[in-house]
Amino acid sequence: MGSFAGGGLPPDDVVVTALRAGDEAMFAALLDTWSGGLLRVARSYVSTDHSAEEVVQDTWLALIGGIDSFEGRSSVKTWVYRILVNIAKKRGVRESRTLPWSAFEGDGGGSAVPGPVPPGGWKEVPAAWPTPEGEALASEVRGVIAEALDGLPPRQRTVITLRDVEGWSSDDVCEVLEISAANQRVLLHRARAAVRGRLADYFESVKPPE
Amino acid sequence: MKRFTCDELVEVITAYLDHALDQRACDGVRRHLACCEGCERYFEQFRATIGVLGDPPPEKLRADVQDRLMSAFRERRQA
Repeated sequence: MGSFAGGGLPPDDVVVTALRAGDEAMFAALLDTWSGGLLRVARSYVSTDHSAEEVVQDTWLALIGGIDSFEGRSSVKTWVYRILVNIAKKRGVRESRTLPWSAFEGDGGGSAVPGPVPPGGWKEVPAAWPTPEGEALASEVRGVIAEALDGLPPRQRTVITLRDVEGWSSDDVCEVLEISAANQRVLLHRARAAVRGRLADYFESVKPPE
Repeated sequence: MKRFTCDELVEVITAYLDHALDQRACDGVRRHLACCEGCERYFEQFRATIGVLGDPPPEKLRADVQDRLMSAFRERRQA
């Protein structure tokens, strides 16, 4: 089997058949394509890079052990991510980083945080952002984004990571996390609003004096 | 057509972008954005934020972890 570099993965049935047959190139391609996303999602459950790495490693080991009994009721990708979420949750609880999701009522409903619009409407239009040009700005912006993600409540972070960083559909996210579309949307919206707020603060802080 | 206040509008942007609003609400969002500079700017920044999120720094498993997993795959398939 050749390399899939840049070309994406073949359909699930091809992937599953190859893995069952011990095709190392296919396993290497999966490792390459999915490990980044798996690490990012693992970080929303556990507290250190080291833990995230172990969670991802255990996920791949579970795939190696479980591929023969994979029934194809979901896509391989959502199946792998469900394994990851289960492993990461257990680990997160042990690290007391992640409380059971039910303990996070505050990060899903209600509106404890004031919205972006001042009472009575915009007093002034939100300040324009510079067009991200140049490596320096881009890398600083990435730093701000990373910090903003770190600061999110875990459930919001998981959802925004899957939707916006990894580019998943709402349906796939709901399936993997076993949440409703409405709940998913609330978490995503709050997360996006928080990250936008951090970016706005950052751009305000580096604005050249008038 | 539904009419939105600015407060309401900024809360439905994600639903709007996900095509989860009905036609009446969609029209209301478009109409509001067309004539409210504050919300229009906010909306653009919201979309810019989503754009930047989608361009993360690359992330890889450490080489030794990859090697270990490749060995585990090899051993298990040969067992």
